[in-house]
Amino acid sequence: MRIELERRPDVSKLFSILSPFIALGLTLVFGGIMFMLLGKDPLSALYSFFIEPLTEVWSLHELAIKAAPLILIAVGLSVCYRSNNWNIGAEGQFIMGAIAGSILPVVFYEWQSPLVLPLMMLLGMMGGALFAAIPAFLKAHLNTNEILTSLMLVYVAQLFLDWLVRGAWRNPGGMNFPETRTFDATAILPEMIASGRAHWGFGFAILAAILIWFMMRYTLKGFEITVLGQSERAGRFAGFSSRKMIWFSMLLSGALAGLAGIAEVSGAIQQLRPVISPGYGFTAIIVAFLGRLNPLGIVVAGLVLALTYLGGEAVQVSLQISDKPIRVFQGLLLFFVLSCDTLIHYKIRMMWFDLTDTTADGVR
Amino acid sequence: MSAEGEPANSPLLAVGQLTKLFGTFAACDGINLDIRPGEIHALLGENGAGKSTLVKMLFGVLAPTSGEIIWQGQAVRINSPSTARKLGIGMVFQHFSLFEALTVAENIALSMNPGVSLSRIAKEASDLSHAYGLPLDPNAHVADLSVGERQRIEIVRALLQNPKLIILDEPTSVLTPQEADRLFETLNKLKAEGRSVLYISHRLEEVQRICDRATVLRHGKVTGACDPRKETPSSLARMMVGSDVAHVSAEGTSAKGAVKLEARHLSASARTPFAVSLKNICLKVHAGEVLAIAGVAGNGQGELFDALSGEYPVANDDVILIADKPVGTRGINARRLMGAGFVPEERHGHAAVSALSLSDNLVLARSQSDRRAFLGGGVLGLIRQDAVKMAAKRISEAMDVRKSGENPPAGSLSGGNLQKFIVGRELDRQPTVLIVNQPTWGVDAGAASRIRQALVDLAKSGSAVLVISQDLDEIFEVATEIAVISEGRLSDIYPASDLSREKIGLLMGGMYGKTGTAETAHAH
Ligand SMILES: Nc1ncnc2c1ncn2[C@@H]1O[C@H](COP(=O)(O)OP(=O)(O)OP(=O)(O)O)[C@@H](O)[C@H]1O
Ligand SMILES: [Mg+2]
Repeated sequence: MRIELERRPDVSKLFSILSPFIALGLTLVFGGIMFMLLGKDPLSALYSFFIEPLTEVWSLHELAIKAAPLILIAVGLSVCYRSNNWNIGAEGQFIMGAIAGSILPVVFYEWQSPLVLPLMMLLGMMGGALFAAIPAFLKAHLNTNEILTSLMLVYVAQLFLDWLVRGAWRNPGGMNFPETRTFDATAILPEMIASGRAHWGFGFAILAAILIWFMMRYTLKGFEITVLGQSERAGRFAGFSSRKMIWFSMLLSGALAGLAGIAEVSGAIQQLRPVISPGYGFTAIIVAFLGRLNPLGIVVAGLVLALTYLGGEAVQVSLQISDKPIRVFQGLLLFFVLSCDTLIHYKIRMMWFDLTDTTADGVR
Repeated sequence: MSAEGEPANSPLLAVGQLTKLFGTFAACDGINLDIRPGEIHALLGENGAGKSTLVKMLFGVLAPTSGEIIWQGQAVRINSPSTARKLGIGMVFQHFSLFEALTVAENIALSMNPGVSLSRIAKEASDLSHAYGLPLDPNAHVADLSVGERQRIEIVRALLQNPKLIILDEPTSVLTPQEADRLFETLNKLKAEGRSVLYISHRLEEVQRICDRATVLRHGKVTGACDPRKETPSSLARMMVGSDVAHVSAEGTSAKGAVKLEARHLSASARTPFAVSLKNICLKVHAGEVLAIAGVAGNGQGELFDALSGEYPVANDDVILIADKPVGTRGINARRLMGAGFVPEERHGHAAVSALSLSDNLVLARSQSDRRAFLGGGVLGLIRQDAVKMAAKRISEAMDVRKSGENPPAGSLSGGNLQKFIVGRELDRQPTVLIVNQPTWGVDAGAASRIRQALVDLAKSGSAVLVISQDLDEIFEVATEIAVISEGRLSDIYPASDLSREKIGLLMGGMYGKTGTAETAHAH
């Protein structure tokens, strides 16, 4: 037997729109089954996973904090993916952005000035962009596969951070804990509104989403990205350079991931630790696709995925289970999003072994 | 077998009131058609008449909106190509679906049922291809094959399923005359075996030569049926277009002006193992001239286009000159800004992006040359959609582009209509130099004569036009000067009136007048 995907003659408009919602629904059903298998009541588990975090002001703030890096990174990735550059290493660029931005409050901690914060953000963006420049250079000039190089560099970044916080940057007054000194107040990203903890990272995310949306929709640059993603040859005919596009998209997404990194560190953690991200850079890939690579869709998708982080923490406490369900939920969601989209365009055919069947009968 | 009991002339396939709507637009509108066993049946019609749409429904690629398909007396629903294959319908699409990196046998195996060994497929394919006079080496890599040979793979692939009906959508538009003759022999063999062929083509001479019956479509409706042997090409064309096809008139061609496009000893090495390198090409096109470059496909035409257009700039500035300025190292947009316009051969994915709308495809070619009209907002580079849409509309009207909406995606246009748009896109800016590769492939007789006339008129108005074409009829219609390209070398340039078809044939063989000794072709 062989399974084949066959292109559908017509694509249903209705189901194209419904697809993300169907995917969400299926995720809920299978998540419920998972809780059942764990011996928990699925309804109350789902309630505390998905609804409870939305009922209180403080947890809405947590939602914004977690959504900010997801949206920032995913918006940058959407530009990459639309132009056919497959940056999978945003997690590493996030970390390198966080490290570069932390140079001021960790190394030059005595310098206190209103300039510190903007400079930190700039350094964060540069750090992320420079780290993304490595796979960009390798692809543009040596034709390497950016999926592999960008992914492998994630581990380099993680280990580099680990080495820094245990070595050169360890807090001298921190009783040998692997942490840097906590940031000075002038190096901490302020809260957006008085009612809670959510910092300006969320503002950056929304701003970035709107700007990129505008670029994609109205400008020649956005057009160039779309064309090169669809057909390199046609892009060449238009006079666009796919090599320059590699640099543009990788540096842009690297800079946004770096900004997400320094905003997270400066706004939420306020020091560097061996681990500063629960996999934001990877989850953002799901966010980008769930949002259909559309910056405005990504804002919504980022909030949904942020909810899985919050819900995961909530059920850890209330149901006494591990943090693995978060991962499972995210995996389910990506799986269903991609398969719903695929099934809208293709139908599945089973091919049985029928070697000689060329007669007319047997066909409806 | 059910077919044996039926009277001999009952149709193999009958189509009743078959309709396909795209939105509210009827691409096929109540079509009735029958195909008898053992006949070669032509499907004629101008660009956008609905021919491809009709055969796609017969092969299960598109779902009909209404109507019925009757196969050997039984109503059937063909909802996928594999259903069609099972019934006994085979199809050769105009655009091939082959994997270049795989061998012939591997490509064939992909469309067969699993479980058959590759060596058996290779053997069967090779036997079958020789039996039908379409020799194929099953172990050759597709990338090494010519377009004609690739088409043979598709035909053999269809024949291996032992079909009763074979559909060919514009098979000869990519073939050389010799390859086309071979194909006709094969079709006659198939016919002699009692198989039927449904044949789509814009070349009316060949329809007359091989087809038994013809059905003519216009605006999605059947407008006539005839015996093509009793018609003339011009009466067939009249049935398709609804009026006489104008002859291209080259009268009053202006005197030669200054040299507008020049190549001086242009050489370029091949970029890929399958490309041709350009060797010492010299040409001059004066204002008011149409220089046509004849040659069998795959002899460096694409590479010459790439170098002249600046899609792949060359190493030296002064080997290519536009209006006496060296541009060899400049990109395509720099050359456009100097007044040049370009029409590449491949429509989908080169001259146009299928998924983008017509207006976006206008921006594709003219974002820099029409910067002032199409872009606003200074450094932001905002695309002025209203201005672009108006220009796209103007072009569609000027070229009579038939489409199913105001600004549909390029991929939804029929092949010929998209070609009209792509040519019109350049004509609309009155370029001083126009370089066109295969201007009318897949274009119907009426539209082809309109495009050719436009090229001639452009030259008359004082532009230099370079046409690369395989079609000798076209070349003699438009050219004032002719050269021949062969294995990446260009012959001398002759006035069109000094050349005959025979002379061109000789030049294609690589025997240049001046050198005397033809260089031996290098072995692959
Ligand atoms: N997917 C689609 N969506 C909308 N309109 C379509 C689509 N496919 C085809 N059409 C429209 O249907 C009409 C018929 O197209 P079709 O491709 O059948 O023409 P054709 O007779 O094969 O022409 P050609 O000789 O140029 O290939 C065209 O006007 C085209 O714009
Ligand atoms: Mg067609």
